[in-house]
Amino acid sequence: MYGFGVLKTLGIAFYHFVLTYVDDVKMGFGKRYTPEHLPERQGVEGRGIYTVRYPKERLPLPERSRNHPFLVYIEETGKLKCTACGICAQACPVQCIWIERAKDPETGKPLSYPAAFHIDQGLCIGCGMCAEFCPFDSIKMDIEYENASYTRPGFVGIEELKKPESYHAKIHPTDYAREMEEKRLKEERKRKAAAAKAAKAKAAAAKKEAAKRPPDKTS
Amino acid sequence: MAETPQEAVQLKGIPQETFQALQERFPEAVQPARYEGALVPAEKIVEVVRFLRDELGYIFLSNLTATDYLDVKGVEPHIDVVYHLFRMQGGYAALHVEIPREIGKAHLPSVTSLFPSAMLQEREVYDMFGVKFDGHPDLRRLLMWEGFDGYPLRKDWKEVYYEGETKPYRSRYPKGGHPIYAEELSPLKDNIRYPEGWSPQAWDYDEADRLLYERMLSAHRDPDKPLKTDEMIINFGPHHPSTHGVFRMAVRLDGETVRHLEPVFGYLHRNHEKIGERNTWIQNIPFTDRLDYINGMTNNWAYIVALEKLLGWEVPERAEYIRVIVGEFSRIVNHMLAAGFFSNELGLYFTGSLYALEEREHILDLFEALSGARMMFNYMRPGGVRYDLPEGWLEKAKALAYERIPRKVEQMAHFLLDNDVVKARTMGVGVLPPDVAIASGITGPVLRASGVAYDIRRAEPYSLYDQLDFDVAVRTHGDAYDRLAIRFDEIWQSLRILRQVLENIPEGPIVAKKPSHRLKVPAGETYGRIEAPKGELGFYLVSLGKFNPYRYHIRSTSLLNLTALSDMTRGLKVADIVTVLGSIDLTMGEVDR
Repeated sequence: MYGFGVLKTLGIAFYHFVLTYVDDVKMGFGKRYTPEHLPERQGVEGRGIYTVRYPKERLPLPERSRNHPFLVYIEETGKLKCTACGICAQACPVQCIWIERAKDPETGKPLSYPAAFHIDQGLCIGCGMCAEFCPFDSIKMDIEYENASYTRPGFVGIEELKKPESYHAKIHPTDYAREMEEKRLKEERKRKAAAAKAAKAKAAAAKKEAAKRPPDKTS
Repeated sequence: MAETPQEAVQLKGIPQETFQALQERFPEAVQPARYEGALVPAEKIVEVVRFLRDELGYIFLSNLTATDYLDVKGVEPHIDVVYHLFRMQGGYAALHVEIPREIGKAHLPSVTSLFPSAMLQEREVYDMFGVKFDGHPDLRRLLMWEGFDGYPLRKDWKEVYYEGETKPYRSRYPKGGHPIYAEELSPLKDNIRYPEGWSPQAWDYDEADRLLYERMLSAHRDPDKPLKTDEMIINFGPHHPSTHGVFRMAVRLDGETVRHLEPVFGYLHRNHEKIGERNTWIQNIPFTDRLDYINGMTNNWAYIVALEKLLGWEVPERAEYIRVIVGEFSRIVNHMLAAGFFSNELGLYFTGSLYALEEREHILDLFEALSGARMMFNYMRPGGVRYDLPEGWLEKAKALAYERIPRKVEQMAHFLLDNDVVKARTMGVGVLPPDVAIASGITGPVLRASGVAYDIRRAEPYSLYDQLDFDVAVRTHGDAYDRLAIRFDEIWQSLRILRQVLENIPEGPIVAKKPSHRLKVPAGETYGRIEAPKGELGFYLVSLGKFNPYRYHIRSTSLLNLTALSDMTRGLKVADIVTVLGSIDLTMGEVDR
């Protein structure tokens, strides 16, 4: 019976329409557009049609969200954490990282920071391999996603890529906490090793001292 | 007789008793030193395959590909054609055929008379390696166009942006201070290279499609047609809105009835396999996401399963649980989208797909919180997974899998499956008999809708699937309606699996050992496969013990599922072509690679 089918379809559409306002009533009108309620309205429990009015409102991104890489620098010294080891350039699946190691202008010896660091933003696929394999936590993935431009972004250098460590700490709190914990453990180990070394040296010195003493005195 | 345990261990890629039976019948078949399986002389291949199929029960030719051995230490240059035959109860037999590399001399008999599943795969080998298959009814190029210069997967073929044989390229570090764009390496400053003496102005377009149209006119002629009506050829696509991407179907019509259909593709071809051979083992993981872009997680998984077989690494239990969770969520996404877009193809426009997309958003939110990306996950690693579950993830996943998805799936299934219009359009349309389906290499829901209870999760359990309690969904009619309905059956089974794994996930490490960015894989070859949402997704990997794979082949589910499209649509009306195509559920990213 065709007429009945049409009615049923309209009924479904009406049901969805009503559901859209059920949550409004539940939460109280006006609360619906507050930023705290966005995840709730669009979340697992949310019912009915609900749209985020994008440029005005944004859903929060999860911490691991990744886009393009950036370089971390320490604010106090202004120095990059990068040691120019080149692992990111080797790990990159599309080979969009070009890195040049700095050289001592007098001796020609390689130094542990990059002279140039380029990423082809048009080629980068945002896979996060560089950040994953970086042993110094100096390259991280950004959550900035509005990257559209009128021109080809092309190669971007250190100046565009570098961002302070506090920014990294802000967008990746868990990852930053892990880094800090590792740093603390490393320092502790270092301190312990130094203490052990000092104790050993002391013991060795004492032994030496003991050996120096003429044996007849003690006996 | 190979009775001693040492010899039994040495035999790889073929079961012991199969190899013995094979050798009794064909003394020429030998156990090769370098390959898995058995080495067979080229002129015997059809007989051997027939013997395996008819007498030993290897009724499923899953994978057929080739490897070009050139400049390998201690190996004569040759092309090795490999066949992977499966029994329905798991276990494969690999057959190898060595043929010379020179074009003209490189040919061997075709097995299409035994297995229609070789139709597209032999064409692909011909296209990519220049190997001729004698007796193939329709040996045209598959992905490249007629007149393309060279055979892209031969080792001496260089792409336009050729920079080096393997990644990482030398120029990136430590003196990469002067970066150059890739197109500056190409003579035309573009992604184009013309063969010598060729110009686009002088190119005859008709010549390029001549073979296709000759095939169209000659195939499945009916000389005893009662009415001598004219037949015409029309082209569906490549930009048809309901072909899931750039996919073209050349159709020969008699009035409104389809007499013959030829799928034409390759518009998205990017030589994925060559890129994979340049990449290091780890660098291939993000590329697999881009095959079947709806199921990045299972693509990762299939590659990792093959890679772990080569490496021989164990996976921690927690990592296996996480893999099963994301794999099953991925299956739900895929099946809901398949059903949604199928309704789209029937003319419901976007109503059906929006029901699916709404739920997909929630699952993608979970995946984003887990892996950092919504589609290109790059999540799995050899020996485990990239990240552990974040805080609160399990609770969200449980709420989704226990409450929301069942509610929504029930609703959607009711709207679609009990719909009179959908029933009228799909029941009895595009029937695929089980024997044709098996011979054509169809896998996944399409095969199971034809009444064949073949699921790799049961036939050859990987990961945790041997411990989990679930049924293989089967429907028996093999028409478009059953192919739609079975997707909902499988969602219910996936939810059942999720219920078990989400509750029992153990604590522990998520990765056995952190892989190095330059992972060295022991020499050898393997074929690893999983039950991806669309069917069997397999990776054939050859390692020479270096940082890069020597051969990286993808047994693409969507490509093989297209083999039977021509048979399924024969005799139907034009409007049903789209119904049948939609019920197969394909992704062009995976077909073209």
